[in-house]
Amino acid sequence: MDTSFARSRRRDLIVAFCLAATAAVVPLFVKDVYVQNIMVLTLMWGALSQSWNILSGYCGQISLGHAMYFGIGAYTTALLFTKFGVLPWFGMLGGGIISAVLAMALGYPCFRLRGHYFVIATIVIAEIVLLLFHNWDWAGAAMGIDIPVRGDSWLKFQFTRSKLPYFYFALALACVAWFVTWWLEDSKWGYWWRAVKDNPDAAESLGVVVFNSKMGAAAVSAFLVAVGGSFYGQFVSYIDPESVMGFQFSLLMALPAVLGGIGTLWGPLLGAVILIPLTELTRSFIGGSGRGVDLIVYGGLIIAISLARPQGLVGLFSPRRKEAAR
Amino acid sequence: MTAETIIQSLASGLLMGLLYGLIAVGLALIFGLMDVVNFAHGEFLMIAMYATFFLFVFFAIDPLLAAPLVAAALFVFGAVVYLLIVRFAVRAKANAGMVQIFSTFGLAIVMRGLAQYFFTPDYRSVTHSWLGGKTVSVAGIFLPVPQLVGALVAIAAFGALYLFINRTDFGRALEATREDAGAVALVGIDKNKVFALGWGLGAALVGLSGAVMAIFFYIYPDVGASFALIAYVTVALGGFGSVFGAFAGGIIVGLVEATTALLLPPSLKAVGIYAVYLLVVFIRPRGLFGSM
Repeated sequence: MDTSFARSRRRDLIVAFCLAATAAVVPLFVKDVYVQNIMVLTLMWGALSQSWNILSGYCGQISLGHAMYFGIGAYTTALLFTKFGVLPWFGMLGGGIISAVLAMALGYPCFRLRGHYFVIATIVIAEIVLLLFHNWDWAGAAMGIDIPVRGDSWLKFQFTRSKLPYFYFALALACVAWFVTWWLEDSKWGYWWRAVKDNPDAAESLGVVVFNSKMGAAAVSAFLVAVGGSFYGQFVSYIDPESVMGFQFSLLMALPAVLGGIGTLWGPLLGAVILIPLTELTRSFIGGSGRGVDLIVYGGLIIAISLARPQGLVGLFSPRRKEAAR
Repeated sequence: MTAETIIQSLASGLLMGLLYGLIAVGLALIFGLMDVVNFAHGEFLMIAMYATFFLFVFFAIDPLLAAPLVAAALFVFGAVVYLLIVRFAVRAKANAGMVQIFSTFGLAIVMRGLAQYFFTPDYRSVTHSWLGGKTVSVAGIFLPVPQLVGALVAIAAFGALYLFINRTDFGRALEATREDAGAVALVGIDKNKVFALGWGLGAALVGLSGAVMAIFFYIYPDVGASFALIAYVTVALGGFGSVFGAFAGGIIVGLVEATTALLLPPSLKAVGIYAVYLLVVFIRPRGLFGSM
C-alpha cells in the first residue's frame, strides 16, 4: 500500500486516541447516573459490534448467532464466581477462551456452508445452546443466576456505588476491540479476509488459506464478544438465558455495524453512538407506556437507514472511506 | 412408551409438519424468485392471525370462511411491502444481503410495535369456532380436527401452487423471471410487476396458514418469531428456492419435532429440528432439494 494509506492509518490512530481521551474525561463532568448508564451501554455495544464486524464485516461470514458467545462469557464468569468463588477476571479470560475454541470447533463444519445456509446454521446453533441453558438446572435453568454482591472492589469487579469503574472498563474494551481491528486491517489476515469476502474461490486460487483465515476471524471475534458478555453479567449482576443469549442479542450486535458501515473501521462505533442512546431515550420517554411506540420508532429508523445508506453512515463523515466502505 | 403413543405423536407431527410447510412455502417462493429472505415472515403470520381473530370477534366469520379473505388481504399487503420497501432494498449497490435482512427485520420490529400499540400485548384466542377443540378418531388414533383441516388446506394449497406455477401465464412469468430477470425484461415482462405479484402470492400463502393457526393457537404480537425460525429452517432444509423442498422440509420438521418430544423434555423439542438441519446441511450444503 502507498504512503497515503499509511498516513491515513496514522490519522485514524490519532483520532481514536483523541476520542478515547475525550470520552475518558466526560463522566467527570456528567454525573447523571442515567446518562452514565447510556454511555456504558453505548461503549459496550460499540465494542461488541466491532468484534462481530471482524468475522462478519471483514471476513464476510455473516453470523446471527453471536449472542451465544456473549452468553457463554456471561455464564462462565457468573458460574465460576458463584459456584467456586473464582474471581471474575479469570472467568472473563476463561469465557473468552471457551468461546474462541467453540467458535473454531463449530467453524470446522460450518465454514463449508455459504450464504443463507451459513447464516441459518449460526442462528440454529445459538438457539440449541440457548435451549440447553434453559434446561440446565445446575446453571439456574430459566431462572438464571443472581450474582451476589460482595462489596465494591476491582478485584471482584463489582461496584454498587458508582458506575464509573464500569464506564472505564467498557471504554477500555471498546478501545481494545477498535485497536485489534485497526491492527488486523493492515495485517496479512486483514487482506486475506477481504479477499475471502469478495471471492473465496479466487482467493483460494491465489494461495489464501481460506479455511484457516475464517477460523482465525471466528476465534478473535468470539473471544472479544465473550469478554463483553462477561462484563455485561457483572454490570447488570443478574443473568438468565433469554437476557444474555436471546436471538435479539445477535441482531442487536450486528445492527450498529450494519448501520454505521459493515466491514469498516469506524462503522460499528459510529452506529452504536447513534443507535444506543436513541434506543434508550425512545424506550424511556415514549416506551414507558408499554405500548410499543419505541419499537415502531426503532424499526422505522432501521428501515430508513438501511434503505437510504446501504453502505453505512460512515461514508458521510470521511470522504476517503467512501470508496472503501463497500 | 407403547406403539400406540408413537403412532399417535407421529400422526400429529405429520399434520403439524404439513402446516409448517404451508407457513414456509411463501418464504421459499419469494426466495426462489428473487433471492431475498423475508425476515418479517413471522410477522406476516402474526397479522394474518390477528385478522382472522378480528373477523371472528366483530363479524362472527368463522376462521374457515375467513381464510380466503385473510389470504386476499395478505396478498395486497405483501405486494405493498414489496413496492414500498423491498423494491428499494434489492436496488442497493452495497451490502445488498445485509440491507435486505435489516430492512425486512426493521419492518418486523415496526409490525410488532404496531401490534402492541393497537392490539395490546394480551394473549387472544378464537373460542368456539366450528373446528376448535374437536378431535376425530381414525383407526384408533385421535387427531385434532383444526390441525387435520390445516393439513388438508396445506396439501390443497401446494397442489394449487403447483398447477399455478406450471399452467398459467403468470406462473410461467414467475419461473422465467426467477431464471433470468434481465432476459424477461427484453420480452416485455415488467420485472417489478412479477416481483410484486410474487410477494403478494407468498404473503397470501402465509395468510392462509395464519387463518388456520388462529383456530388452535394463541395470538399475541410476538407469536410470529417462534414460527419464523422454524420456517427458515424448513426452507433451508428443503433447499432454498425449491417450493417442493419447503413441502418436504415441513413434513420432516413436523415428524422430527414429534419424535424429539417423545425422547426429550417438551421444552427441548426444537433441538431435534435444529440438529437435523445441521446434520443435513453438513452432508448436503445446499439442503435436500436445493439447486446449484
